[in-house]
Amino acid sequence: MSGSTATFDLIVVGAGIVGASCADAASAEGMRVAIVEPGPIGGGATAAAMGHLVAMDDDPAELALASYSLGLWESFADLKEAEFSRCGTLWVARDDRELAAAAARIARLKAADRDARLLDAASLHELEPALVQGLAGGMLVEREAVVYPPRVANHLVRRAQSRGTRLFAGRRAQALYRGGVQLDDDTRLGGPVLVATGCALPDLLPMLPMRARKGHLVITDRYPGLIRHQLLELGYADSAHGDADSSVAFNVQPRPTGQILIGSSREFQANDASVSPSMVQRMLERSFAFVPRLRGLQALRVWTGFRPTTPDGRPYLGAVPGAVDQWVAAGHEGLGVTTALGSAKLMIDLIQGRRPAIDPAPYSPWRMAA
Amino acid sequence: MSAMVRLTVNGQAVEVPAGASVAAAVAHATQRFRRSVHDAPRAPLCGMGVCFECRVSVDGVVHVRACLTPAGEGMQVITDA
Amino acid sequence: MREHYDVLVAGAGPAGLAAAQAAVSHGARVGLLDMQARPGGQVWRHDVRLPAAPAARQAIEALQGVKLLARHSVVTAEPSALRVETPTGSDLLSFGSLVLATGARELLLPFPGWTLPGVTGAGGLQALAKQGWPVAGKRVVIGGSGPLLLAAADTLRKHGAHVLGMHEQASAATVRSFAWQLRRWPARAAQAAGLRLRLAGVPYRCGSFVREAIGGDAVRGAVIETPHGTRQVECDLLAVGYGLVPNTELAALLGCALDEADAHPRVRVDALLRTSVANIHAAGEACGIGGLAVARIEGAMAGHMAAGDVAAASALLPRRDRERRFGALLARHFTLDPRLRELADERTLVCRCEDVALGALAGYDDARAAKLATRCGMGACQGRICGTALAELGRFPRGGARPPIFPARLATLAGLADFSPDDARRGNRP
Ligand SMILES: Cc1cc2nc3c(=O)[nH]c(=O)nc-3n(C[C@H](O)[C@H](O)[C@H](O)COP(=O)(O)OP(=O)(O)OC[C@H]3O[C@@H](n4cnc5c(N)ncnc54)[C@H](O)[C@@H]3O)c2cc1C
Ligand SMILES: Cc1cc2nc3c(=O)[nH]c(=O)nc-3n(C[C@H](O)[C@H](O)[C@H](O)COP(=O)(O)OP(=O)(O)OC[C@H]3O[C@@H](n4cnc5c(N)ncnc54)[C@H](O)[C@@H]3O)c2cc1C
Ligand code: FES
Repeated sequence: MSGSTATFDLIVVGAGIVGASCADAASAEGMRVAIVEPGPIGGGATAAAMGHLVAMDDDPAELALASYSLGLWESFADLKEAEFSRCGTLWVARDDRELAAAAARIARLKAADRDARLLDAASLHELEPALVQGLAGGMLVEREAVVYPPRVANHLVRRAQSRGTRLFAGRRAQALYRGGVQLDDDTRLGGPVLVATGCALPDLLPMLPMRARKGHLVITDRYPGLIRHQLLELGYADSAHGDADSSVAFNVQPRPTGQILIGSSREFQANDASVSPSMVQRMLERSFAFVPRLRGLQALRVWTGFRPTTPDGRPYLGAVPGAVDQWVAAGHEGLGVTTALGSAKLMIDLIQGRRPAIDPAPYSPWRMAA
Repeated sequence: MSAMVRLTVNGQAVEVPAGASVAAAVAHATQRFRRSVHDAPRAPLCGMGVCFECRVSVDGVVHVRACLTPAGEGMQVITDA
Repeated sequence: MREHYDVLVAGAGPAGLAAAQAAVSHGARVGLLDMQARPGGQVWRHDVRLPAAPAARQAIEALQGVKLLARHSVVTAEPSALRVETPTGSDLLSFGSLVLATGARELLLPFPGWTLPGVTGAGGLQALAKQGWPVAGKRVVIGGSGPLLLAAADTLRKHGAHVLGMHEQASAATVRSFAWQLRRWPARAAQAAGLRLRLAGVPYRCGSFVREAIGGDAVRGAVIETPHGTRQVECDLLAVGYGLVPNTELAALLGCALDEADAHPRVRVDALLRTSVANIHAAGEACGIGGLAVARIEGAMAGHMAAGDVAAASALLPRRDRERRFGALLARHFTLDPRLRELADERTLVCRCEDVALGALAGYDDARAAKLATRCGMGACQGRICGTALAELGRFPRGGARPPIFPARLATLAGLADFSPDDARRGNRP
């Protein structure tokens, strides 16, 4: 097959939400793009995700990326495939201490142009009557939404294809070489390569550490109106960004179908995708503590997924250290749906030699080479 | 003949033999059990608990498979179609 | 709550009943569970109006010493234990050995109009009639394939239905050849002759199938394809089933190897009904469609094996092999006419839970990709209907089993033992 190398302006490896966004953004600028994906489009972490578009404020760099991305997500608000539903995020405070901390969070979000407001106990229950009595209050972020990530990934790939992007479906990138990538059928594609393989990143770029952080989700039958907002406990960040081997947090989402999606769990040492009854148990008990009525709902399905997690929790976005024409966009942990669009813009700006809209330094993969 | 069980379906009184299913009781009142996600009427298909087309609300609990549930005295069954 | 059984039997059809009886005869502590309210499985399903068959009555009366767990639906598995949901809560049932006797469901294929109220499976309408569904005086058209059409017609007639006709897709020549071969199983031949006699006067058309169901809010008629052309009949109920498919979800959940040579998997067992997992045996339709006699013999074998009596199980082997040959005969004669795979058009719904039309699946060659993009198979039946149909249509095999294998209350998945209906009411009426 050598000798007949097809060449491209950019070869995107991996068609999760991140790779799909990158291919879309690149093709929109007229670049000649290839995408390589061995499985279904968006069939990795993207298919497992809750699809909550949310700004987390505990890391300024993550907040900047999220805020930038959330602005870009607005153009998908009317896209049928996105199943975009602006339910808003309601952060729930169990006690006055958590409520007090919310004030500081509101200030940080405001500074990043994200509107949020404090709720007292009475208004909390008015907005969300299914919540247990005795909560202290909450924080409402009205403009946030939920989407259906694998269909968005599909849409982005199709849009890129309509602009001439070539999809190498059912093909895996075997190895990177100087000037291109070799596929598992020995085809070689020439051109700059952008690796967006999520948890599988070390297969191609072993110098960039990545851990898979397992999560469980449960979805119910349809109960329209029972839950109105994406609900999270204000203590969520402790679970999400702590380093405990395993943790659970209250995280409940109304799907536009009327179904209810229940998370979330995080585990570092679990490598197989099987459902762990004890994790499901812990996660559900946590959710019952906030919404007792959940106990009676019919669960249809339980699944697991793996969040691609870097040592410092920030994604790798930028040039591969020490390589020429090799780029990486991976490691978005539990926020990759939210931050995919901004990540893609930032990547294409870097690749095209432009100055990105937000400071790329915090995400530079070079931090691992240091 | 065996004893009868009395229950209501959408408020209408229905009588079925003891041991009959809620599905059988509903069929005495209406052919429409549930509304599909695109709003079409649906009714039992498999009769044995695997198709989920017979879901109704029984005493306020929704998504109950009528074909698996024995009719009980005084039950209040509501269909959605 | 955690209960322990030396031998736990999942499924209380003929296979499960025989297994429980055999196991308890060795003095084992035996539990026999089923999601249905009454034991009997499919063929011996309790009839609210008619007396039970003598064999069924005997099998159920022979359960002395067996703990019968009705309305217990297995939803998830843990090491050496099954989590079951009951109307009032959930239990964890641990076992020394387990017999899988989960039987079969009907093969239902999509055709235009099949979602109309009044269109059911053939065995489906039979089951509903036994539950007390009012069929008296109703005009019923039966279609599909296999002996089940006759059994269904018989039950429906006994309940007062006016059966307009039975439409068997297999050709007249094939059906004659089947009837001729049947002579090697005299009991079956006699049974068939009896059925035929009781159904005298009900037309039995071969090489004939239901092409379409007609109606607005409910079925009013059917379009039928016959060797002599297409015709239309009015009816109140249309019952169509294309044979049976083994229920393998529980086996798959437990990690038992399946035999996937055909479109529909079955549980793989060795000559003594051992699955690939230690201490788990399987019997009856779950291991492949074979009918009542196979189910009873295999059930007994599996019960003996589960209680540790290999000799008693082995003694039944020759009979079992003979009866299994009947299953092979069935499969050979009632293979489906390829035209049946073309009945559904672009707009025909395949996934009835999520209302996904066949046309929406164009371009997907894998169940998971199709599901992610279209929601096909994401609904409450977990792909039991659409996934099985798509496998039969040659599109793609159904995706693997994941817990819960039936929808279950969140309380059950959380391991809560007790569940008050008040909780459910509060849960559903905000
Ligand atoms: C349970 C759970 C809940 C989540 N909830 C949310 C949420 O609510 N909001 C949010 O913003 N984020 C959420 N996330 C995080 C989000 O899902 C991920 O951050 C995001 O999907 C990562 O996208 P990706 O494209 O990098 O990875 P993936 O989706 O995993 O895509 C990587 C792709 O690369 C392909 N690939 C791998 N190796 C190769 C190779 N050698 N050659 C070619 N292709 C290859 C894979 O097949 C895969 O399709 C959640 C994650 C989980 C697990
Ligand atoms: C609808 C229908 C009608 C039939 N009618 C006839 C007939 O009239 N005459 C005839 O000869 N044959 C009939 N058959 C064929 C019949 O399946 C066999 O002859 C015989 O019943 C097989 O016995 P079995 O014990 O293997 O399975 P079954 O009788 O199918 O019993 C299996 C049992 O397992 C239970 N089960 C399965 N999964 C679970 C779970 N997860 N949790 C709890 N319980 C579970 C089911 O509720 C069922 O009661 C019919 C089949 C079907 C599907
Ligand atoms: S009729 Fe199919 S589940 Fe009840």
